[in-house]
Amino acid sequence: MKVLVAVKRVVDYNVKIRVKADQTGVDLNNVKMSMNPFDEIGVEEALRMKEAGSVEEIVAVSIGVQQCQETIRTALAMGADRGILVKTEQELEPLHVAKIMAALIAEEQPDVVILGKQAIDDDCNQTGQMLAALMDWPQGTFASKIELADGKANVTREVDGGLQTLTLDLPMVVTTDLRLNEPRYASLPNIMKAKKKPIDEKTPEELGVDTAPRLTTLKVEDPPARQAGVKVEDVADLVDKLRNEAGVI
Amino acid sequence: MIPNQKQSPYYTDEHEAFRATVRRFVEREVEPYVAEWDEAEEFPREMYKKASELGLLQLGYPEEYGGIACDRFYGIILSQELARAGCGGLSASLMSHTIGTPHLSMFGSDELKARVLPPVLAGEKIAALAVTEPSGGSDVAALKTTARRDGDDYVVNGQKMFITSGFRADFYTVAVRTGGPGLGGISLLLIERDRPGFDRTKLKKMGWWASDTAALYFDDVRVPTANLIGEENQGFKAIMHNFNYERLGMAASALGYAQTCLDEASAYGRERHTFGKPLIENQVIRHKLVDMAMRINSGVAYLEDLTWRDMQGERIVADVCMLKVHATSTMEFCANEAMQILGGAGYMRGGKVERIYRETKVMAIGGGSAEIMKDLAARQMGL
Ligand SMILES: Cc1cc2nc3c(=O)[nH]c(=O)nc-3n(C[C@H](O)[C@H](O)[C@H](O)COP(=O)(O)OP(=O)(O)OC[C@H]3O[C@@H](n4cnc5c(N)ncnc54)[C@H](O)[C@@H]3O)c2cc1C
Repeated sequence: MKVLVAVKRVVDYNVKIRVKADQTGVDLNNVKMSMNPFDEIGVEEALRMKEAGSVEEIVAVSIGVQQCQETIRTALAMGADRGILVKTEQELEPLHVAKIMAALIAEEQPDVVILGKQAIDDDCNQTGQMLAALMDWPQGTFASKIELADGKANVTREVDGGLQTLTLDLPMVVTTDLRLNEPRYASLPNIMKAKKKPIDEKTPEELGVDTAPRLTTLKVEDPPARQAGVKVEDVADLVDKLRNEAGVI
Repeated sequence: MIPNQKQSPYYTDEHEAFRATVRRFVEREVEPYVAEWDEAEEFPREMYKKASELGLLQLGYPEEYGGIACDRFYGIILSQELARAGCGGLSASLMSHTIGTPHLSMFGSDELKARVLPPVLAGEKIAALAVTEPSGGSDVAALKTTARRDGDDYVVNGQKMFITSGFRADFYTVAVRTGGPGLGGISLLLIERDRPGFDRTKLKKMGWWASDTAALYFDDVRVPTANLIGEENQGFKAIMHNFNYERLGMAASALGYAQTCLDEASAYGRERHTFGKPLIENQVIRHKLVDMAMRINSGVAYLEDLTWRDMQGERIVADVCMLKVHATSTMEFCANEAMQILGGAGYMRGGKVERIYRETKVMAIGGGSAEIMKDLAARQMGL
């Protein structure tokens, strides 16, 4: 079996985000970039499938600027076998990414496609669902457990009411949730080995995908600053404020 | 900031990937526990295994014995990132093989290398270096522990003092006198912990609590001559050769601890309000932080330059001595200023700055004291 894992280059989770002065977006100058944490979980899950013997090859895909190659290298250093960089300077929307992934699926014929449930930059949570729809494949989103057996997969999903387990036919699309696993760190020998693993380069045009924007960003703003709290005298005061000022009870 | 996305001629993408790995390892497996380990005066032995799984113990050792071929900038990264936990005792013992085995790796017989290096690099066995004696550490040429030849054995008698990982190491590289007085009579012997007549006691100290520093006693300990590292009476040169790298490593660590002090003090300065405004808005505090950064950055530049020059084959002894003094006094300066900025909170036990403050002196004394470093530099410079 073959697994395709999508890995997105995003602002590192430790970085304090700053909005650009002209409100056109987030300032990315000299900001540390890393692999989207949900995608690390995706790579880890693929590695575990391989270690369990159910998968032979793991292909890591990143779509975006040239530096996305570093994100692919991270996946290769964790243990993925090869990479595909789909290079574009264009800002991408979930539908573009889903279409590019669909075109790659047509070339690569994977059995399992793993994406993060969302990326921590725009938090869209759309790409996996769109991809499954484009492919007309079963989807298991927000996965907290994946078991492969006999050409099928049992995927446990984290839903509002608790856990839901689906049995999906392969090929399938899954998106990872936080509790699926704890990703490993790349060891130094694997970092060295990753240097020699191949990364293919393609462009959206070669894959026949039009990446013209369909959305227009009007303005990006900081969320409103949190208001200072107030001290209440007693419970009666609290109830009064909740009822009459906040209007929540 | 510790060089991160910094443009540099020394660091490649692989170096940065390694930095990311060590940083995470330290965040997840080290930082949450160090205060506890320091109080317990010990850390779990499995940490050696965990470190080895990521390649942290194997830097620069021959691949045939389980090592990883790489340049010395990986070592700098490792020292800097470990320093972020602010627990020198852990770093010193976890990495004690980097002073305990290089002589063996460079000058030892194939048999010794095959016996010692693989388990040490795999994190299964611990290695230590024993040079210092109760009668003195600076004057290595005057050491008194003797190894008398008797058939196919040496018989070792004497004491060693202040030995890092000295209590639970499995292999000790011990400097002994096999010949006449002075530096021409010194050899290096590999001594295993379980040899009859070899005893150890653990020492209480000001800092580095997590490290098992010990006194070693040798009472007619028989050691096969096959355990001789390199040639008889040629030990002094081997000791001095590796001191260069020990000192470069200590400089990297010292600058790392200094940086941790700066990071802690700037974070606290932003958070803490006095007289109605953040502490950091006072000029006197800002100047302290800049004074710290100034010293750290010049030290790091010197360290990287020297590391590169060493890779080109240059003889850098005098500079290494000066760097070690610069780096360790920078650490002392920064620990002092950071503690002042943190105020009473900094003085409470268990914080990074409090630990580092207690660890400044061992850095300025161990591995060659500041006075000895300056003396050696002066001689090397022909002064
Ligand atoms: C926590 C810890 C861990 C250590 N780990 C190890 C280890 O793993 N292996 C090991 O072999 N050693 C180890 N050491 C020992 C360390 O290397 C020595 O303490 C150091 O070399 C100094 O030796 P000394 O303590 O005997 O001081 P001394 O040599 O007695 O010197 C005392 C003081 O006098 C100064 N001095 C000495 N001679 C002169 C001179 N000619 N001119 C001016 N000033 C002079 C020194 O600078 C120092 O300040 C460790 C020490 C500590 C504290």
